Amino acid sequence: MKFENYMTLEIPSRSSNEAFARSAVACFASQLDPTMEELGDIRTAVSEAVTNCIVHAYPDGLGIITIRCRILKDNTLDVVIKDKGVGIKDIQQAMQPMFTTGGFDRSGMGFTIMESFMTTFSVTSQPGKGTCVHMRRKLQRRK
Amino acid sequence: MRLTSYLQDSRLTIELTGEIDHHCAKSYIQTIASKIEAYTPQTCILDFEQVTFMDSSGIAVAINALRNMGRIGGSLLITGICGQPLKVFKASGIEKIVEIKECVL
Repeated sequence: MKFENYMTLEIPSRSSNEAFARSAVACFASQLDPTMEELGDIRTAVSEAVTNCIVHAYPDGLGIITIRCRILKDNTLDVVIKDKGVGIKDIQQAMQPMFTTGGFDRSGMGFTIMESFMTTFSVTSQPGKGTCVHMRRKLQRRK
Repeated sequence: MRLTSYLQDSRLTIELTGEIDHHCAKSYIQTIASKIEAYTPQTCILDFEQVTFMDSSGIAVAINALRNMGRIGGSLLITGICGQPLKVFKASGIEKIVEIKECVL
């Protein structure tokens, strides 16, 4: 087995679940003994990914968001956040800072923040089928 | 959403508290916009000292306040920001367009 522990969480795309989702992942990650800053980074990236599912994947109703976390052997947290929503037609455009198809309450900085707060980050999407965000964060071992 | 605000010498100070995410961003944006419209201050100060967490929704809150102040010819200042919220502000590059004063620890 390449991973040491895992959890899967399934939630409906209600905005009231944003806080729950980021806290749940942070709780799971806490077994790696992260620093406050590392935990803050993970919470931020998860919040962005889950918000994207709520705002963009399911614009007209509720859908399912699946969050899978694994702890890999080299003190790394692996997070996958998946939806079965509308998908992204042009990922490159969506990744541009300040680009958003959301309303005035969105800044278009979600992907930029996920990318800068995590060690690795990738997005795959199929229009009409859904989007999958895959992120990893390697945590410093505390001495 | 919890905030308190006060007006002194045409300076409107709005203190934000708790966590700012997409779930509460819209009500923050609308409440701040209506306060700016009602008081037409020369300067609006958004105080982030009591903000314990924010994602990019906090950037949207700041950008909307900046637009509202621009419309009435005033300026925006962000104060008391530190820790995780400061990191999000820096990652977004918004400090190039808004004056930010970090909190002194």
